[in-house]
Amino acid sequence: METQRINQVPEPGSRRTTTGQLRSGTNLVNRYLIQDVIGVGGMGSVYRARDLHFPNVVKLVAVKEMINQAPDPLVRQIVVQNFEREANILATLSHPSIPRIYDYFTLENRSYLVLEYVNGNDLEVTLSQIDGFIPEEQVLDWAIQLCDVLSFLHNHKPDPIIFRDMKPSNVMVNQHNHIILVDFGIAKPFQVGQKGTMIGTEGYSPPEQYRGEANAQADVYALGATLHHLITRRDPRLEPPFSFGERPIRKINPSVSLEFETVINTALQYNVESRFKTIDDFKQALIGAGRKTGLLNRINTNQSSSGVSVNKSGIKPVWAFQCEDEIRGTPFYLSGLLYTGCYDNNLYALNASNGEFQWKYATQGGVVSRPTAMDENIFFGSEDKRMYAVNSRTGKLTWAYDTDGRIRSSGRIADGHIFIGSDDKYLHAVNLTTGRLAWRFEVGDEVRSTPFIVNDLIYFGTEGGELICLDFRGQSKWRFKAKRSITSSPWVQDNVVYFNSMDGFMYALDAKSGWLVWRFRMEKGSIVSPYISENLVFTGSLDGYLYAVDLHTSKEVWKYKTNHQVNGSPVVYKDAIYAGSVDNHLYCIEIRTGRLRWKFESKGPITGTPCLYDDFLYFGSTDHFIYALMA
Amino acid sequence: MNFFRNLFGKKENKPVIDNAVTAPLTDVQLQSIKALAQNRYEPIQLLVASGQSVGRQRELNEDSLFTCSSIIAGNSSNPPFGLFIVADGMGGHQNGEVASNTTIRTISGYIMKKFYNSLFGMTGQPVDESLQEIVQAAVMEAQRSVLRDAPGSGTTVTAALVVGQQLTIAHVGDSRAYLLYNEQRMEAITRDHSLVRRLEELGQITAAEAAVHPQRNVLYRAIGQGESLEPDVVTTPFPIGGYLLICSDGLWGLVPDDELRRIVYGAPNIQRACQEMVAAANAAGGPDNITVILVQLLG
Repeated sequence: METQRINQVPEPGSRRTTTGQLRSGTNLVNRYLIQDVIGVGGMGSVYRARDLHFPNVVKLVAVKEMINQAPDPLVRQIVVQNFEREANILATLSHPSIPRIYDYFTLENRSYLVLEYVNGNDLEVTLSQIDGFIPEEQVLDWAIQLCDVLSFLHNHKPDPIIFRDMKPSNVMVNQHNHIILVDFGIAKPFQVGQKGTMIGTEGYSPPEQYRGEANAQADVYALGATLHHLITRRDPRLEPPFSFGERPIRKINPSVSLEFETVINTALQYNVESRFKTIDDFKQALIGAGRKTGLLNRINTNQSSSGVSVNKSGIKPVWAFQCEDEIRGTPFYLSGLLYTGCYDNNLYALNASNGEFQWKYATQGGVVSRPTAMDENIFFGSEDKRMYAVNSRTGKLTWAYDTDGRIRSSGRIADGHIFIGSDDKYLHAVNLTTGRLAWRFEVGDEVRSTPFIVNDLIYFGTEGGELICLDFRGQSKWRFKAKRSITSSPWVQDNVVYFNSMDGFMYALDAKSGWLVWRFRMEKGSIVSPYISENLVFTGSLDGYLYAVDLHTSKEVWKYKTNHQVNGSPVVYKDAIYAGSVDNHLYCIEIRTGRLRWKFESKGPITGTPCLYDDFLYFGSTDHFIYALMA
Repeated sequence: MNFFRNLFGKKENKPVIDNAVTAPLTDVQLQSIKALAQNRYEPIQLLVASGQSVGRQRELNEDSLFTCSSIIAGNSSNPPFGLFIVADGMGGHQNGEVASNTTIRTISGYIMKKFYNSLFGMTGQPVDESLQEIVQAAVMEAQRSVLRDAPGSGTTVTAALVVGQQLTIAHVGDSRAYLLYNEQRMEAITRDHSLVRRLEELGQITAAEAAVHPQRNVLYRAIGQGESLEPDVVTTPFPIGGYLLICSDGLWGLVPDDELRRIVYGAPNIQRACQEMVAAANAAGGPDNITVILVQLLG
């Protein structure tokens, strides 16, 4: 289990030793070409190999070899079965900090596991290569990442996975400074002659693990021990067991903050009850300490400038199309075409796959309204006070509908009608086919919010700060008053209406009655619309943050700071949210962690909402361009 | 809907909602939806029943319960309102019954006062705070009352506030709230703040081991205990036709969930169901006080 990574390449001509290392150039199962030994352990070696199934690219993999030392053939068979069962469990784990498992096979008395090759060093090697102490903010960053991956394992269903062997040498750091957990208990079945089920490494394991008990809090302790080692450079394997209390961190490394030391000490409590109850509690404490010391903000800025895997220079648009003025609104995808309004007064139709111009329709005012479609027609409003229905293929006008104010709201279609707000202080219900008014509802304030329609009820906000619920006859069901304007467009899910207000709150109301269920305070007002995915609601605010909030508890799950106001709404696609900021960037943030995956810089503030379709991401910027990126 | 169709005179256009996502329903779900559609109730209303027993081994009842539901129906839309509380005073402490009684009175008094003007008075003034803020504040008020009036004692509390179709729960300790969606599904919506539950969550012991664990009554969070108190507060939709079951561990610790569900759906009415659940706990030995509230939302 104890695997020492080695940095030296063995001599080229060396023969197979009695432990049987493979020579470079060996081809395993006619697929994996062994290049180098990258580690040796008690069970066998770890090799870097090239996967020959990808002849046109050099795809590197790590091949972990485990030698079956059991003499009894029946026991040998059980060992292999156990190994394959564990490999199958690991193969189902998908997490950026867990290496992906590609393959496994058994040849005679050796079993092999083929997994993602990590280009980097483990923390033990990293520590040995550094003179002096590793900065606290660096250790904090790794610690939070390690909490994330341990939390993922501990929350695994149906059974939690306890890592049991957290120590610096089992943590790899790749070239993007992301940590990867290696050396899962995969080799465990191959261990022979060890006492009991005790598998933790001495020095990092908690007391209870020595009684054969290992739970999530054992990982808490071992992570605490790992952090203690990293921040003090004092190897616990060279000290008496459980003696961290005798080596106070700040006595050894006075530059460490009291907050960080306190968190590590809590994790290292001898009694399980005195430790953090879960790894998530540990993480929250780390984040709390990082906020207090201000180090967390520095980490975030570091990440956004250099630590991200793909930064602004690395992301190239698939295409970009230049309009003649700012694009402040949101594009709309339909059947291979992308429709977008622009402040050059036009609605553009572009080929979504290559950005080729198809047609444009000129209005007399800027178009910020998001287009929507039904039966061959595209519907959108303009600041020239009109709503237009234009043929989606030809760009020819079907009808136009006049209001008495500029239209900044976007239309919503239901049951043969389109519902749209206007600065004339009415919500209009217009027949889709004829373009004639069915009814309009007088609000008393401008309506810039986009209505949401569900269960025959219409929900929208007003600049006077009201959230109004109408039935399809245009009769008011209920009204809710916020303290300032509601430009945000509501979202209704499971009978709850979610929206933001310029008063700085995100609200959740009962959709039937308008009763306030909860409100979530942001640092500034917001015109952003919430976006809901699973149990989380995502939104942003003028305070520059993107927020993820639990729908049921109204607790903040994470927030991410952009460098300016967030005015466009976030959109979830697969495991990430996408949102623009007035700091000119389009951000891609991991849903679960709130960590930046990449960002793309345009030359102007991005105030609209991105549109995602078929792995493509479309958005406009006030730099006059509409961009298409790979999501 | 029919009214609307008549109004606009179009039938073929299905509503297009960009953000709506629906999952296919199972046959069982479809059947229960159909059954509900056949029996509609207007106005939407809450039915409530309760049961309580000192049990067969104790002399003192330290459990307390509170129920209140109101329907105001007329032209102006008023949501159904209900408040349901179970508190289990802690054994081994003095004044466990005082703690549980103080807690239900403080919480019910606090919440009814908040809603009085808006629901029952003439002013119709909206309530400023959110439902979650109100139940959270009510529990903190109970904490202060218990620390003042019954120092050294402790109690669990599970308080369910229903306004419209929103069910907001404030929870401390190991009493439980369950939602029963249909005969196939019953879900605990609270998490026990108990040592064994924690051990179970940590994978140290199984649910079966937890059920017989000698320390299964040890709580790590309770009203009246500790300097700071953080109740779990959560809001979830109350399913129409579904049931809310709140009970002390004198019930759930003795009668398995499957059996509780069988009783709820097998009994002729919710009042009988409550009595049968209490009887089942007593039949299993009745070592602890037993308290249950069963609520059904009809609409």
